[in-house]
Amino acid sequence: MKSCLIVDDSKVIRMVAKKILHELGFNTEEAEDGQVAYDLCKKNLPDAVLLDWNMPVMSGIDFLRELRKLPGGDGPVVVFCTTENDIEHIQEAILAGANEYIMKPFDSEILQAKFTQVGLL
Amino acid sequence: MLRPDDFDYLAKLLKERSGLVITPDKAYLLESRLTPVARQRNLKSIEEVVAKMRGRDESLARDVTEAMTTNESFFFRDTKPFDQFRDTVLPQVMASRAAKKSIRIWSAACSSGQEAYSLAMLLKENAARLAGWHVEIIGTDISVEMLEKAKAGLYSQFEVQRGLPIQFLVKYFKKKDESWQIDSSLRGMVQFREWNLLHELRGLGSFDIVFCRNVLIYFDQPTKSRVLENISRQMPPDGFLFLGGAETVLGISDRFKPVPNQRGIYCLSAGAAPAAATAPVGAGR
Repeated sequence: MKSCLIVDDSKVIRMVAKKILHELGFNTEEAEDGQVAYDLCKKNLPDAVLLDWNMPVMSGIDFLRELRKLPGGDGPVVVFCTTENDIEHIQEAILAGANEYIMKPFDSEILQAKFTQVGLL
Repeated sequence: MLRPDDFDYLAKLLKERSGLVITPDKAYLLESRLTPVARQRNLKSIEEVVAKMRGRDESLARDVTEAMTTNESFFFRDTKPFDQFRDTVLPQVMASRAAKKSIRIWSAACSSGQEAYSLAMLLKENAARLAGWHVEIIGTDISVEMLEKAKAGLYSQFEVQRGLPIQFLVKYFKKKDESWQIDSSLRGMVQFREWNLLHELRGLGSFDIVFCRNVLIYFDQPTKSRVLENISRQMPPDGFLFLGGAETVLGISDRFKPVPNQRGIYCLSAGAAPAAATAPVGAGR
């Protein structure tokens, strides 16, 4: 079973994503900001990360840059999931090493389509 | 609840005009899709819509047909056919057209254009291989409204997130208010034309590659055969036809046969009629 780390400061979003990902056959872990996510990744790298952009303590983009520097940090497939929906943010995310990008609001269909695109399903 | 005679009237009209088969178990589709048409025309119910159509209201009959035949579409739908197009079919067609350096591709029943534009993006990605080639992509549909959307190339945030890789969104789209518009260079690669698959197709000319996916599923057996026969006449002997995952030619038409090891792709059977001559641009309706 593949694992996905859900990183979002909204408990509701984490809950919705968790439900969809369980239905898609993933084990999930949760983090409420980039720093918590980074600490979890240092211990154990997940197969995938569903990542919000704007969070307290450490943002999604800063987390991604740090993740990619970790040994084996290029492994996890990172899918941004954020309300930032302009080209500049998307380009910045790709440059930092994001594999896909979901613009909120999202639903199970979009999440499934994106995870399929990046070979997670 | 629709009266049986109104249901029969609508089912007959839709079959004649578009080939669409509506069985009584799909009556709910009439309710859900025609209620907005009724509202738009200040009619109180679908019964009133039918009554007006019985009075030979051509524009209403057209709106009803459009509303019923509009189907969802998304970029790179099913993924695999596009990989097969890029990796298998396109190289084969290029090899056999090396002297002519010209390829015509048809997205039949193209709806709002996502399939045609997906092909255009793949061709752009392979621009180096295609340098010096003339490639035409034609999208046809029965719905004027869908064709207008396709020509505008304007899609919602939801539409660009189903199947379109994010790198392609960044590369080939521009944000326009809350929507995303496909690049003008890609829009320039595709021609959209109004055409009914049940009508004479000769005016469209000959196509080396035809995508007619998830269309036949809406037709009954004789209509499927007729459409496949019509399409076969628009293809050269070495052309390729892509059908949807749930569609086949087996038991429906002997004009096509499956391409070995390429699920969903068909070529003409030996002895199928040669393609019609390419019509001048602008022919047909």
